[in-house]
Amino acid sequence: MSDAAPPTLSAHNLSRRFGQREVVHGVSLELRRGEVLGLLGHNGAGKSTTLQMLTGALMPHSGQIEICGFDLARQPMQAKARVGFLPETPPLYREMSVDDYLLFSARLHRVPHIQIAVDLAETRRRCGLQDCGKKIIGTLSKGYRQRVGIAQAIIHQPEVIILDEPTVGLDPAQIRDIRALIRELGDAHSVILSTHLLGEVESICDRVEIMHHGRIIYGDSSVKMQQYGHQPGFIVTLMAPPGLLELQAIAGVQQAEQLSATQFRILHTPDSDPGSTLLALAAQNGWQAKQLVPLQARLEDVFVQITENQ
Amino acid sequence: MILTIARKEFRSLFATPSTWLILGALQFIFAWFFLARLDAFLQVQTQLAQLANAPGATQAVAAPLFGTIALIMMMLVPAFTMRLIAEERRNQTLTLLLTAPVSSMHIVLGKYLGLLLFLLLIIADCALLVLVLTAGTQLDTGLVLSNALGLLLLTASYAALGLYVSALTAQPVVAAIATLAALFGLWLVEVSAVDSDHAWRALAPTGHFQSFNSGLLNSADLVYFVLFSAAFLLLAIRRVHNNRIYG
Repeated sequence: MSDAAPPTLSAHNLSRRFGQREVVHGVSLELRRGEVLGLLGHNGAGKSTTLQMLTGALMPHSGQIEICGFDLARQPMQAKARVGFLPETPPLYREMSVDDYLLFSARLHRVPHIQIAVDLAETRRRCGLQDCGKKIIGTLSKGYRQRVGIAQAIIHQPEVIILDEPTVGLDPAQIRDIRALIRELGDAHSVILSTHLLGEVESICDRVEIMHHGRIIYGDSSVKMQQYGHQPGFIVTLMAPPGLLELQAIAGVQQAEQLSATQFRILHTPDSDPGSTLLALAAQNGWQAKQLVPLQARLEDVFVQITENQ
Repeated sequence: MILTIARKEFRSLFATPSTWLILGALQFIFAWFFLARLDAFLQVQTQLAQLANAPGATQAVAAPLFGTIALIMMMLVPAFTMRLIAEERRNQTLTLLLTAPVSSMHIVLGKYLGLLLFLLLIIADCALLVLVLTAGTQLDTGLVLSNALGLLLLTASYAALGLYVSALTAQPVVAAIATLAALFGLWLVEVSAVDSDHAWRALAPTGHFQSFNSGLLNSADLVYFVLFSAAFLLLAIRRVHNNRIYG
């Protein structure tokens, strides 16, 4: 991912009301080629509405959306041909066979006739649907239906792929497969996925935007998000501990706290590293250091912290 | 794009067993009526032969058969139109069409054409039944053709109305009942207007079918059917488009 890559999707100042209730206000997003963007938020934060507006299923009350240089409102045909969308409920015709459905979807997205067979085979391979081409969609399990839904979104090789909660209701093995697929797609296309599963963000997203009550309240790379408001520190176990004051006296330590008879939590400044000093002291004074575990921010905590700050 | 959607719609119809069941039952009813009319005609044929300008087999058998089918269509069309958009909305598959690079007009016309092709099949089926008569007598081809055309136009206008009602709701059953009620209402208007040139008669599609049924190609009736279908198709396009605005 580099800033030099051209933006494939840019949305500016989107707003949407349902009746009197403003569901999305002033949302702006930008997505570049080869980027996976995670849209995080509580239920009802406006994620799905935003995604529906980006795909043209719902018109925004104000704001512009541009996809690969085409304005979604003025040149909807060109813009929509470059987007693949998997809604919350996969839009599957239960009575159709998987092949027929994917062919219909490909034709609907104006895939040239000579290319359709190749694209179909490739998409089926990618989504692990090689063996169910002839099966009727209504008879498939939920995991397979989700795969058909994803296949439908990528068969026309769109530049922007938008997935609304793609892994909901899948078993862990399927989740792993689909995450690997999304990661693979993210190399050549741009992907936006909405989710409330934080693990998903950690494992596949390059960038995170957090929505809360219809606004984007935080946007940064997912690595940076994990460090948001994070105080560096560690938990040390000393079998023969000294007094708390002695630990507090070590250079760089901001705060020392006793968790149990042998466990201490040490918080320190980001640029110092009192850990090695402490271990050296422990060896000198016979404190019997057993283990030293760095504190790690859990994405859940970060998320709660960010949304509560608002 | 229209053809892609029409083809899918046409094929989907044959993917459900109920379609085959209805087709089979229809064929049975057609044959029953046809044979009953034919039987009655054969019984009075000798007396008819003594009349100066006696009705032929086409007028006595084919025209009433088409008239009956026109009535059956009134009940049949809602059963097929109900699914068109209402079911897509209920199953949330409409999103696929709304986010694809197709306009609301493509969606509506595609669905309309797909269904019309299917209904054409039923009409052609009935025309074939009438053509069997050529084995024993000479047919009045003009009368058969005008009947078939009239039936097609009538069915097309019913389908347009049904499609629009289907676009209004997310419940196929509601769409079916509402369409049936509307068509039945229009039919009642025609039946209750006793004078043949009553203004109310002009409102009902069945009234305009009468002239086709008697072998009269009236451009006013033709224009009526085209306007009736076009009006409801435009309303349906508008309704699908509104889907993007109101969600």
